[in-house]
Amino acid sequence: MTVTELLSYEAALAEYDPVMGLEVHVELGTRTKMFCGCSTELGAEPNSQTCPTCLGMPGSLPVVNAIGVESAIKIGLALHCEIAEWCRFARKNYFYPDMPKNFQTSQYDEPIAFNGYLDVQLEDGEIFRVEIERAHMEEDTGKSLHVGGATGRIHGASHSLLDYNRAGIPLIEIVTKPIEGAGERAPEVAKAYVAELRELIRALGVSDARMDKGQMRCDVNLSLRPHGTKTFGTRSETKNVNSLRSVERAARFEIQRHAAVLTSGGTIVQETRHFHEDDGSTTSGRIKDNAEDYRYFPEPDLVPVAPAREWIEELRKGLPELPRVRRNRLREEWGVSELDMQSILNAGAVDAIVATIEAGADAASARKWWMGELARNANEQGVSLEELAITPADVARVSALVASGDLNDKLARQVIEGVLAGEGTPDAVVEKRGLKVVSDDGALGTAVDEAIAGNAAIADKIRGGKVAAVGALVGAVMKATRGQADAAKVKDLILEKLGVSEG
Amino acid sequence: MTDNIIKLTAAEIARRIAAGDLTAVEVTEAHLARIEAVDEKVHAFLHVDREGALAQARAVDEKRARGEKLGPLAGVPLALKDIFTTVGMPTTVGSKILEGWIPPYDATLVKNLKAADVVILGKTNMDEFAMGSSTENSAYGPTGNPWDLTRIPGGSGGGSSAALAAYEAPLAIGTDTGGSIRQPAAVTGTVGVKPTYGGVSRYGMVAFSSSLDQGGPCARTVLDAALLHEAIAGHDPLDSTSIDAPVPPVVEAALSGSVGGMRVGVVKQFRGEGYQAGVVQRFDESVELLRSLGAEIVELDCPTFDLALSAYYLIAPSECSSNLARFDAMRYGLRVGDDGTRSAEDVTALTREAGFGDEVKRRIILGTYALSSGYYDAYYGSAQKVRTLITREFEKAFEEVDVIVSPTTPTTAFPIGERADDPMAMYLADLCTIPTNLAGNAAMSLPCGLAPEDGLPVGLQIIAPAMKDDRLYKVGAAVEAAFVEKWGHPLLEEAPSL
Repeated sequence: MTVTELLSYEAALAEYDPVMGLEVHVELGTRTKMFCGCSTELGAEPNSQTCPTCLGMPGSLPVVNAIGVESAIKIGLALHCEIAEWCRFARKNYFYPDMPKNFQTSQYDEPIAFNGYLDVQLEDGEIFRVEIERAHMEEDTGKSLHVGGATGRIHGASHSLLDYNRAGIPLIEIVTKPIEGAGERAPEVAKAYVAELRELIRALGVSDARMDKGQMRCDVNLSLRPHGTKTFGTRSETKNVNSLRSVERAARFEIQRHAAVLTSGGTIVQETRHFHEDDGSTTSGRIKDNAEDYRYFPEPDLVPVAPAREWIEELRKGLPELPRVRRNRLREEWGVSELDMQSILNAGAVDAIVATIEAGADAASARKWWMGELARNANEQGVSLEELAITPADVARVSALVASGDLNDKLARQVIEGVLAGEGTPDAVVEKRGLKVVSDDGALGTAVDEAIAGNAAIADKIRGGKVAAVGALVGAVMKATRGQADAAKVKDLILEKLGVSEG
Repeated sequence: MTDNIIKLTAAEIARRIAAGDLTAVEVTEAHLARIEAVDEKVHAFLHVDREGALAQARAVDEKRARGEKLGPLAGVPLALKDIFTTVGMPTTVGSKILEGWIPPYDATLVKNLKAADVVILGKTNMDEFAMGSSTENSAYGPTGNPWDLTRIPGGSGGGSSAALAAYEAPLAIGTDTGGSIRQPAAVTGTVGVKPTYGGVSRYGMVAFSSSLDQGGPCARTVLDAALLHEAIAGHDPLDSTSIDAPVPPVVEAALSGSVGGMRVGVVKQFRGEGYQAGVVQRFDESVELLRSLGAEIVELDCPTFDLALSAYYLIAPSECSSNLARFDAMRYGLRVGDDGTRSAEDVTALTREAGFGDEVKRRIILGTYALSSGYYDAYYGSAQKVRTLITREFEKAFEEVDVIVSPTTPTTAFPIGERADDPMAMYLADLCTIPTNLAGNAAMSLPCGLAPEDGLPVGLQIIAPAMKDDRLYKVGAAVEAAFVEKWGHPLLEEAPSL
């Protein structure tokens, strides 16, 4: 493979102005497929979730999934789009073995939602408005598995396996208008847009939008034009960029690649590009010279979709608070920095923290547990926070026990460990493991007396005013009580017994 | 005895089975014997399901023995056009590309037939993918017209109407995209109805042109057609284009035939060049008959109907080019050239080359062209506009009249081979039937006599507004009764015996 010539990012931006178009496909989380009753559950045996309709058998017909339409409208409304009063599906005709009918049932010139925008917040807090061209409904294709080749691509493969479980899963394709004026922040805008869209989709409850599971896929179209010019340059279409970081890297790489081609007097070929996660590069795919002809025409097997205006208003009223608005509200309520909020967001902890606070915990401790102990645990297990075997109510209970002094931090961590290990509720774990702060003054008094007697020299130092030395005695008491004492209380008790007061 | 049974109407067979005068097994055996005796000559069937039919018949007899309620067509045998999916029976659509395919599911229409206790004898021959007007385009050889085996039985549903005319079945199912039920009915002296688009479910009916295709009943009498119509019609949640409304009262209409006080339209455009003299003569006599029965005849001018054929030959091929794209050798049906060295694309190409006939290829190419960018507006787009105009012209006409009548097809049955190499001549057979498909309303063909010059049957077409299918039966039953009285017997009795 030849090494792609790149211009430095700074040099590229000094000369050119990037224009982007982002196309995001979202797999809806409907229980059944877009045009038949087959399950959409991931991970089933290949071809076990199919029927005559999603296999495109002769004679079969599609029926529109009403929840799919509702989800599309919700997305459209959340993106401030107009919702079509009347629109049709269209057939996009092209051939591929994993597409059962050899046409995709999609929408063409009559999308369900159009003309909207999404405000995205960049890392420094600046708001950038991304205009939305359209959002339309379509169906996913099946999957091809090319066997025997080195790359998993069809080239060099000995044969291919087809799995139609995914065929017919509802997709919403969201297309931006050309994103202009982002300048050097274009890659950041691209990433922030996809991130914001993902949050929005999740907030609407229409999809989990997991990019790692292919539930959300992004194509990055990019072109450059010399500063001061209006006409768009020739674009490249980098397909299936499947993480937020990759979106940013792909845009950055393409800016540098285009600039290198253009400054050396070359021309950009209109083509699709493959993105490579390993080194962040893109390589040439199919040439797109506009000769591709999908022969779109209105789908005669489906009746037009004509959502009633009252229904749309009802859906509009039911929309949740938009993620960006909610995020800013929570950030203020919790009193955390933009940066901390960003890491909470990245960890996917917002909802868990909110739920924990709702269950009675204070914001600081809710945040502390989810972002500390639990985030680490989830990370180690390779699961998301929601997948952990602990509920926000459990976390709230632990934090209540700490607040009341029944547990200290160390014990609380053990309780959480017990809950995660399936030992029951926090109270059950406390009970079973006998984890209680030793607050009985008698028992603690004895331990303190023993510590003083056993460390006479240190005790003398403290009596002599070196209060800082108290730590060693506290440590001894904690050791003797196997950590089940409240360290602050132990410290007070020791100082009291030694007749010393702090400060 | 057998001879008596096969000449009975479906209504009479059902009545006698219900009364215990005949068993369903006797009736089925009589028809299987008839098929055995004559189908080698007629070739109406592509597949006869002897065991399945007898099992269904036995089930009906057992049901009756148990005292359970029987459907109005219980035990009546039926010939099913080989375009509907059937569990356990091949479905070829008259094409090599589906040779040997046994569908994993029953069409809704098939389920309805089974629910009505109708006995399915087998699958009938047809033009490949329902593209044709003679059944000569079947990949499995032509069907002969029982009136003259050297002539075509019409198409695409020639097998179904030939089976009726040859007394191989008292009922049959057809599908009508541009006339494939009505034109075969006309040239075989039988009755065929294209219901309102959306009246009968298309689920499990292999698509030719989705916005035009409509399954419907074929029979030897108007009442039998009505009974079958009622059994197969109704809303189907699996077909989005199926109409969610009660089935028009077709049986009631067929039982109370009359045209008294009705306004009957005669369209200027449905005559002239290309119409056989004997066809025009029988049609004019039919109009006179209607007048004598108390109908008021109204002349209509529908100039857009002249554009119907052209619009049809853009819309139908366009849809078919997309509908038939799925036949790629990947999942079912024929697969040619898969020797482990060829790519999927090559195997698809070789399979289509071997599996599709010339007419199917012609229409796929036509439709692909009509939909391509740069041509879409001029071809597919204009055709859709014409379609809208035709629909409006029908609406306007039906403000003035209750039904419209015309010849079903401009000529009587032509000799096999005569038009095989002349697609344009073949397409003209559907001149009078196509406007109805474009508008989506309902139409019937029924016999109105023999053309004097060749002694072959002529069909009278009756057209009604959408969802007024009952009018076809009301008018059809009156015309049928008057003709039978005039002739002294049903027209089919004049057919030579096989």
